[in-house]
Amino acid sequence: MSDKTDKTAQRRLSVFKTYKLYVGGKFPRSESGRVYEVSDTKGTWLANAPQSSRKDARDAVVAARKAFGGWSGATAYNRGQILYRVAEMLEARRGQFVHEVADAEGLSKSRAAEQVEATIDRWVWYAGWTDKIAQVVGGGNPVAGPYFNLSSPEPTGVVTVLAPQESSFLGLVSVVAPVIATGNTAIVIASERSPLPALSLGEVFATSDLPGGVVNVLSGRTAEIAAPLAAHQDVNAIDLAGADEALAKELEIAAADNLKRVLRPQPVDDWSADPGTDRMTAFLETKTVWHPTGSLGASGSSY
Amino acid sequence: MASVFEYAPAPESRSVVDIAPSYGLFIDGEFVEAADGKVFKTVSPSTEEVLSEIAQAGEADVDRAVRAARTAFGKWSALPGSERAKYLFRIARIIQERSRELAVLETLDNGKPIKETRDADLPLVAAHFFYYAGWADKLDHAGFGPSPRPLGVAGQVIPWNFPLLMLAWKIAPALATGNTVVLKPAETTPLSALFFADICRQAGLPKGVVNILPGYGDTGAALVAHPDVNKVAFTGSTAVGKQIARTVAGSRKKLTLELGGKGANIVFDDAPIDQAVEGIVSGIFFNQGQVCCAGSRLLVQESVQDELLESLKRRLSTLRLGDPLDKNTDIGAINSAEQLSRITTLVERGEAEGAERWSPDCELPTSGYWFAPTLFTNVTQAHTVARDEIFGPVLSVLSFRTPEEAVAKANNTPYGLSAGIWTEKGSRILAVAGKLRAGVIWSNTFNKFDPTSPFGGYKESGFGREGGRHGLEAYLDVR
Repeated sequence: MSDKTDKTAQRRLSVFKTYKLYVGGKFPRSESGRVYEVSDTKGTWLANAPQSSRKDARDAVVAARKAFGGWSGATAYNRGQILYRVAEMLEARRGQFVHEVADAEGLSKSRAAEQVEATIDRWVWYAGWTDKIAQVVGGGNPVAGPYFNLSSPEPTGVVTVLAPQESSFLGLVSVVAPVIATGNTAIVIASERSPLPALSLGEVFATSDLPGGVVNVLSGRTAEIAAPLAAHQDVNAIDLAGADEALAKELEIAAADNLKRVLRPQPVDDWSADPGTDRMTAFLETKTVWHPTGSLGASGSSY
Repeated sequence: MASVFEYAPAPESRSVVDIAPSYGLFIDGEFVEAADGKVFKTVSPSTEEVLSEIAQAGEADVDRAVRAARTAFGKWSALPGSERAKYLFRIARIIQERSRELAVLETLDNGKPIKETRDADLPLVAAHFFYYAGWADKLDHAGFGPSPRPLGVAGQVIPWNFPLLMLAWKIAPALATGNTVVLKPAETTPLSALFFADICRQAGLPKGVVNILPGYGDTGAALVAHPDVNKVAFTGSTAVGKQIARTVAGSRKKLTLELGGKGANIVFDDAPIDQAVEGIVSGIFFNQGQVCCAGSRLLVQESVQDELLESLKRRLSTLRLGDPLDKNTDIGAINSAEQLSRITTLVERGEAEGAERWSPDCELPTSGYWFAPTLFTNVTQAHTVARDEIFGPVLSVLSFRTPEEAVAKANNTPYGLSAGIWTEKGSRILAVAGKLRAGVIWSNTFNKFDPTSPFGGYKESGFGREGGRHGLEAYLDVR
């Protein structure tokens, strides 16, 4: 053997990553023990992703419910800080996501980089919303009587998010960030064909001060995972972004059973366009609190 | 209970209202018969007297009304907001002018006391039209983008507990935002909606903008399912709300639901007891308890339970039940024989499950549908009377020791519409209000309403808000 062939044989073998779910701040494999093959747009194998089961979905609900009190009760300023921290971690992992998005969506490196940059900027945008949305959609009501009356938004609870199928990262973040910015906790079903950016996003969350359970990421067959979540009595809302028309209708019917808030699939041509506030308000309740003011009435002092 | 509270009768004259022997459907600006000629009778719940015979809308009538509303939509939505506003202001004024007539009418058809229709319902009905009239030309400033668009034809189904007020909650924002309306009033209380149709004619509202279709549940179902309806608004039971949600699934129809409730009225030991008692009484005995946001679960801190219950029972003994047209009447008739039987069944179940039933000495009239104000003590969270919405003058009393326990018990329900908090401590009000999962929270007061104030529930009490700026969203394309 010559030195030359020796060198080729010793070229470093790369380390593959075992992609795992992100549930309750931990990285479990699917309870089912199943995986499915994920390939790039040319059909080249990229990795095996966990194929989540109904049990994984139910575990995610438990984790999301457990996290809800702390997350919704945190100050909006604190939530904003944590969301911004996520953006910091995303920025540091920019290269990894460019690579994954290029593979997932068949984009050139530079187009993928644009997507990733838009995604990080989108995350920063939502980080800034946490302590402003209440001022924009809440307020005092001038009732005709001696009452102080204030309407404020509150998160609806545990939200299931079917991430868009095509836009594996920008679309994903565009539907996840508004849900948690307002204090909800989320169970995210990643794009079925391109789940890797979503699973890697879980790794970012784990290193971003985001409390475990606030976002839970599942990969697998969208219809299979979504069905028990749409019917789950402890899920408060569902975003059907990643469902086709037939699946969306089926899930909306199931969601009626406990009157979940449903965000129907909205056609999105361009995920980089200004998203507006609708994805935040879709998962907010309005609470109106009344109290007597003790205002001077016609008959004199009442306080 | 002859006492100082024995008042001489003071009945309101019913001569101010002229009820015709029969009414048609109101479609495209005209009163018409149902296509299949069907009619039903509406009776006065306090006397069982037949008030009128009403055309009953079927599927063909629904289709006709939706088509009329669709045709009217083009011109109505294209009107400058300032013109739509003037129509709504006209309607508001005519309601004020005719409020005595409408109050008496509502009391006759619904069974609720005249002092409630006169002093609560009618002023609020007019106020809702005034409030939303002013929005019609200011929608660009409502926070839903620079040029929010109406949705189209709104199909609206309303209940019998506040017939005219629920009509106002539905129709005023719909018209202000440029939608046209097909509204189905409840089968037991169709009259005030038909009188409203006449008000629309007096106001010169263009034909087809408002259509009124009296009928039963199947009429409502046909309206909700009609393919050319763009928006569905429903107030009523949670069971029907779920059915409607299934019906509109997969369509583009925008949906808002105001459903049932099992509101907790929480009294802490530092609350002013006399004021709390008044709040508890208005919370559950207003409108005979037939209120979705009623405070039907009293949660009282253990240390003041005996004192509070004694005061409450004393107060209940002074409530006057009887002729709803009498100005002194506090408790009127239950709206229908069906509702009375539902209340009776649930109360019997409460007794069978071991809760302790109490009512003041109370003579019930011999004709009509009546139920005495009722208290249940020794109630646990598992009891039916603590879980199911009774929609009648029945209060279930539970106790608690700590604020945490009060919050946990208050939230232990699939509903989330209303709650009350009684305490002198401001920080406790804010802390408890923050933790309650309910859309409307009254602190040191109860059952207050105002058109500027959004109303609606969490969880299985439905979604969307009515009233205020928030209420506009239900009728606008805000995507």
